[in-house]
Amino acid sequence: MDTVNAPLLKLQGIKKDFFGNQVLTDINLELRAGEVLGLCGENGAGKSTLMKILFGAADIAETGGYGGDIFLDGEKVSFSSPFEAIAAGIGMVHQEFSLIPGFDATENILLNREPEKYNFISEIFGKRLNTLDRAEMDKRAKESIEKMGVAIDRHMMINTMPVGHKQFTEIARELSKEQLRLLILDEPTAVLTEKEAEALLDSIRGMSERGISVIFITHRLQEILSVCNTVAVMRDGVLVECEKAENMTVASITKSMVGRSVEGRTNNAARTISEDAPTVLKIDKLWVDMPGETVRNVSLEVKKGEILGIGGLAGQGKLGIPNGIMGLYEAGGNVEFEGKIIPLNNPRACLDSSFAFVSEDRRGVGLLLDESLEWNVAFPAMQIQNKFLKKYLGGLIKWRDEKAIRDVTGKYIDELKIKCTGTKQNARELSGGNQQKVCLAKAFALEPQLLFVSEPTRGIDVGAKALVLDALRKFNAESGVTVVMVSSELEELRATCDRIAIVSGGRISGILPAAASVEDFGTLMLKDVV
Amino acid sequence: MNNKKKFDFRQASVPVMFIIICAICIPLSGLSPKMLINEIVTRMGRNSFLILSLLIPIMAGMGLNFGMTLGAMAAEIALILVCDWQIVSVPGMILAAIISVPISVLLGIFCGNILNRAKGREMITSYIMSFFVNGIYQLIVLYLMGKVIPIKHSSIKLPRGYGIRNTVSLLSMRQKLDNMLAINIAGVKIPVLTFIIIAIMCLIIVWFRKTKLGQDMRAVGQDMEVARDAGIEVEKTRIISIVISTVLAGLGMIIYLQNMGNIATYTAHSQIGMFCIAALLVGGASVDKASIGNVFLGVVLFHTMFIVAPRAGAYITGDSMIGEYFRVFVSYAVITVALIMYETNKRKAKSAASMELAAAQDSEDSKKSAD
Repeated sequence: MDTVNAPLLKLQGIKKDFFGNQVLTDINLELRAGEVLGLCGENGAGKSTLMKILFGAADIAETGGYGGDIFLDGEKVSFSSPFEAIAAGIGMVHQEFSLIPGFDATENILLNREPEKYNFISEIFGKRLNTLDRAEMDKRAKESIEKMGVAIDRHMMINTMPVGHKQFTEIARELSKEQLRLLILDEPTAVLTEKEAEALLDSIRGMSERGISVIFITHRLQEILSVCNTVAVMRDGVLVECEKAENMTVASITKSMVGRSVEGRTNNAARTISEDAPTVLKIDKLWVDMPGETVRNVSLEVKKGEILGIGGLAGQGKLGIPNGIMGLYEAGGNVEFEGKIIPLNNPRACLDSSFAFVSEDRRGVGLLLDESLEWNVAFPAMQIQNKFLKKYLGGLIKWRDEKAIRDVTGKYIDELKIKCTGTKQNARELSGGNQQKVCLAKAFALEPQLLFVSEPTRGIDVGAKALVLDALRKFNAESGVTVVMVSSELEELRATCDRIAIVSGGRISGILPAAASVEDFGTLMLKDVV
Repeated sequence: MNNKKKFDFRQASVPVMFIIICAICIPLSGLSPKMLINEIVTRMGRNSFLILSLLIPIMAGMGLNFGMTLGAMAAEIALILVCDWQIVSVPGMILAAIISVPISVLLGIFCGNILNRAKGREMITSYIMSFFVNGIYQLIVLYLMGKVIPIKHSSIKLPRGYGIRNTVSLLSMRQKLDNMLAINIAGVKIPVLTFIIIAIMCLIIVWFRKTKLGQDMRAVGQDMEVARDAGIEVEKTRIISIVISTVLAGLGMIIYLQNMGNIATYTAHSQIGMFCIAALLVGGASVDKASIGNVFLGVVLFHTMFIVAPRAGAYITGDSMIGEYFRVFVSYAVITVALIMYETNKRKAKSAASMELAAAQDSEDSKKSAD
């Protein structure tokens, strides 16, 4: 590789915060032409944000831009839209497909860049009435597929394609852009079979030989080691390691990913969930059709009074489990609670069996954003359990008991240290962390026997995180409620839970006690990643 | 490319139902084959162009364009003016077309902009829009014409001195287009020129699908977000599709009215949208998919039903109103059924994914137990 030239890409002191929540701190990175950089890190480590900044994504500018400088070929650039980034020669393949389902591969590869044939009508009505040059389209699509080196049928409709071929169609689209110099692949192998992934790695090597630099984001560490020149590891918004690939091993990467020499750290010493506690929730052969979080054939038993963690990488199906059981997405299988069958696809039945759910989508599902805290805390309890109601005429007329509502809201505001102006404030006006606490208060007010908590600390700051987790533990200890907690952050699961089930490829790949080593968890997480 | 292989019974169910209705009603109606074919050919010439105007918004993913009435109103205004200026026959029609186009374009831009604010609810929005614009149309025709817009001839003016009569005679244009080059085969009059115009329109639509704009519309119709990410101007493309549809509806309305020979000033446009959409759906089209074939099959089936149902009704019940009632009822029913089918198909596709998941799990389990 030519090391004399200036680097193709240089990131200098990149910083980014979302409303005061620091997600990237001082990132410095260099990439030469033809170099393949492997970028890894846990979910939420800031990889995606960094790539979004590089690619000029709209939400970066909308949330106040970023700090630091990006140099492309030694020239300072700042993209305000992806189109500028594309024009400068950056291509990106996203995790979500950006393909038109009813078009064939050729049409998608050349989407909005179709070669056109001039005709006299377009002279009058403008260029958009040029007809498409199908022969030329076919030729260019063929070329870019050849460039990629993976054979896909360029006449196949996207909606009839296997998912791996969709991924390759996207890559071929990027390769068909002549100005392409840097290709960002965001978890491209996640949807590929082993053979396809192998083909992709060959394709990346081919690109590198042709002088195209690649940033390769993946959770499959073996792939990184086999194809990358350099490996960069991010954690909590910091670039913790940037090394030549030959100096790294899977174990060393895993360690810097999960970070902190956390050997054996656990705070559950005082907990006394005995091995033979009765099983309270029995999940048998559960499947859930939640887009992007498909669950396949999950069987799981939860013991009374325990905190069970469900961990795993994003998109592997851990979020599907609580969402499926609670009836928010279509599901099948058997769920038994205390020997009683819980009907699926019926949220009300779950709530009536005194389940509660703190959703990961707190703004969408969790909160009534434009209502007061009182309403948010008391509404489900009122709706489901007839709490906080005064009955008149033998229950014929029910009035809200405003005082009881105010009292209980006030109690939780104190207990959870919710920062607000009072019980009447609207939920929308609170910060993310405080909104999350309101979600918890809402679930607590239901006094459930089984509590599902999904991503309780997503997008909230460190201080609030600790409070939320403490509140969960305390609620579990005091009322003996069984808690199933789903989180992407292994550390937080290890600090909070008794046992942790790891989901990989929609299945449970193993259940370990919280005290097990980080490496063991890491292995499980990557076991059958799809 | 061979995704058409599978014959879709649900898609075909509506045309099949209509074939059965027609098959029952035709003998009951007592119409001679010659008369029946004559009627059908006349109505094909009259309505096909109008229905063709619906195809492009469907391609752009905007559903059935109930707003085509806007174009029809533009055409009526143009025809009233031309009628007053006493420009007759085909030149009059051409002038009316020239006048209607800018009005249609303006209305189309207006309608397109509003539909862009109501993405996903285009059909109901365009339907309500047609009522709103109908109000403006009435204002123009009932008050402004004769007061602000000069109308000379009292034959089309209301006796009070302004406003247009309920019916405006187009005798000077009546079937002038149809009769040009018309030929007579075994007593069936075939309006060759009208059919040539319709055929040219079909070719233009086929050609349009191959243009960059057509490709963009298909992309926008299937996934707006992906199209936007690829740099296609989604909003503009959608507006253009509505403008084209409105303009074509206007031209189609001129062809329709020259065949009828008079304008029912206050009602001609109001049912046009409904009947055209019903005809297209009867031809086997759906909210998100329609072809030129659907247009012609729809015209033939729907209008056969239109012709024979009143007579068959009269034969069975002795009351011709029953058939009249029946055909209006059926056109609403067809639209309702098509909309429900569209929704259930969407839902079915979703639960099909779930069933696949469950099936995969079962086969996995049985494999395991076999091991």
